[in-house]
Amino acid sequence: MSTWQPQQILASGLLAAVGLGVAYISYTAQPAQAFLFPRIISTCFAILAIWTLGKALIGKAKAIEGLDRATLINLLPGILIAFIYIFWAAKALGFYTATALAVFSILAFYDPAPGFKARTWIKRSLITVVFVAVMYGLFAMLLNVFTPREILF
Amino acid sequence: MEFIGYMGHVFTPANFALLLVGSLGGLILGATPGLSPTMAVALLIPFTFQMEATQGLILLGAVYTSTVAGGAVSAILLKIPGAPANIATMLDGHAMARDGKGARALQLAFISSLVGGVFGVGLLIAFTPILSEWALAFGASHLFWLAILGVTVIASLDSSSVVKGLLSGCIGLWMSTIGFDDVMGAQRFIFHDAVSGGINIIPALIGLFAIPQVVTMFANGRKAATAEILSVEPHPITKAIGEVVRRWRALSIGTLIGSFIGIIPGVGGQIAGLVAYDQSRKLSSESEKFGTGHSEGVIAAESANNAMVGPSLVPLLTLSIPGSPTAAVLLGGLLIHGIFPGSDLFDNHPDVAWTFINSMLIGQFLMCIFGLYVAGFAARVARVPNAVMAAIVLGLAVFGSYSVQHSMGDVYVMATLGIGMYFLERFGFSAAPLVLGLILGPIAEANFVEGAMIASATSNLWVFFMSGPLNLTLIAIILASILYSVWMELRHRRHTTKDEVIAKEGRG
Repeated sequence: MSTWQPQQILASGLLAAVGLGVAYISYTAQPAQAFLFPRIISTCFAILAIWTLGKALIGKAKAIEGLDRATLINLLPGILIAFIYIFWAAKALGFYTATALAVFSILAFYDPAPGFKARTWIKRSLITVVFVAVMYGLFAMLLNVFTPREILF
Repeated sequence: MEFIGYMGHVFTPANFALLLVGSLGGLILGATPGLSPTMAVALLIPFTFQMEATQGLILLGAVYTSTVAGGAVSAILLKIPGAPANIATMLDGHAMARDGKGARALQLAFISSLVGGVFGVGLLIAFTPILSEWALAFGASHLFWLAILGVTVIASLDSSSVVKGLLSGCIGLWMSTIGFDDVMGAQRFIFHDAVSGGINIIPALIGLFAIPQVVTMFANGRKAATAEILSVEPHPITKAIGEVVRRWRALSIGTLIGSFIGIIPGVGGQIAGLVAYDQSRKLSSESEKFGTGHSEGVIAAESANNAMVGPSLVPLLTLSIPGSPTAAVLLGGLLIHGIFPGSDLFDNHPDVAWTFINSMLIGQFLMCIFGLYVAGFAARVARVPNAVMAAIVLGLAVFGSYSVQHSMGDVYVMATLGIGMYFLERFGFSAAPLVLGLILGPIAEANFVEGAMIASATSNLWVFFMSGPLNLTLIAIILASILYSVWMELRHRRHTTKDEVIAKEGRG
């Protein structure tokens, strides 16, 4: 079994499960006429997904990039920040407050500048403030987009 | 010559200002590694909501044109292609810059981009009205097959694996059916309130193209920018123009190959640049100099990747079939203004169609002028650290998705699709067929339902969709594109040794 085969199997297995689920709904849901087109598509979806899973199982799938441990460790904090920002903070704290916190957190985690220097933190704070100000100018003032109410103001 | 009548519309203060902003901004965005033309255009769509359709399209068209050319700046000065289309430019362009000929390389890149771009837009002007009239002959069954063709061509040509490409296309087509059915009003696949109105195309585009880039930047970790910007010494522009003229063979090869490849749906600038570079090398009397800083390499690659911009819009503007992922994003920009490409666009909105096309023509000149004078500055801006770029793109994606319908549901859809797409890409799937499936799904379904209704009254479904010369031709093209890609994949696999695969897996 090659390095990435278990990952290939997992990914194509998930897709096959979705494909079969979609096909099942398409063939059983009512009114049948509304699901005529989805039936054709979901049949192709399920067949191709099972084909991909089959190839992964017998080890004939094309070489992939996959996900190694180092990549996962690198992207985990970023994805976590993005999830909290999008699925909780944006609505709970308001877009601008949440964006400021998300941008600052991303810079704190991923900016390679030395963290022990005060200058680094001043620079990160400045970038955050300028970005949020530009977003406010563009969306609130120019495009009149009303975002969820801010917690701080 | 109808387009000349609308040339003046490009020069109204508001339109021209947007063209200037789009050309300059696109150049800087294009020079920024990791910001592809498709992603730049997708992120800009929300800003065009409150504009008139013409103005929105001018901005998007100018950004598209300039980002393709702008990628040459970082390819030449930083050895990082701004977009995949600029990979071929880097081969000789960076070598020239290392030899202290950076300014000359940039001038050659922008002048040849101008020539290629103008030729490509010329083809767009010449062919679009003819093909849009021809499109009137298309009935429901033909439009259904045309939509399927749009998905399968990109699925089979744009992906590393034909099966995965087609599977991505199917996922997109399925996602387009989520929401309420137009005819019966039935609920379909509504698993969460966020998708009760279906998947809005703009947040989906932003998510599918921008978020994977953000996650990729996260995946790179805390890497410092190591690219060194090479200095740009002054070089007389007249000498560069003379050199482009002297290297007419490379220029012609690049322009013709780029235009031809651009018109084929699904084949992008990356392929245009590399094919033109390769052909130019084969036909050159100085082929041994390619790769060592030879000007013909830069001229062929850059003229090709800009020549494909205009023709890539021909299938979009005539048949509603986007020829490339960026064209798919532009289709989203048209649809939000209630404009459908094809004969409707040229019959009912000729001012929008021709002003947009003319602006792309003028945009080529602006791109060249800005490129020649601000390339050095753009390269400095392009050195924005990964962390800053990731934060900016994430913020823009959230605000942009929300602003479409003032809905948090759209933001959730954008994020879910984007993160899902990142993982799918790691496993060999591609965003382009999925996006085309999502965009062309409603066209395919509407024409399938219409065809089914006609068929039930006149003939049977099979005969209606499977007979007639146009239906059979379209089906033959669909099958040919899939079989060709399967053949190419098998051929490639036969020439790839087991050791190569293991080595590749080990690197991954």
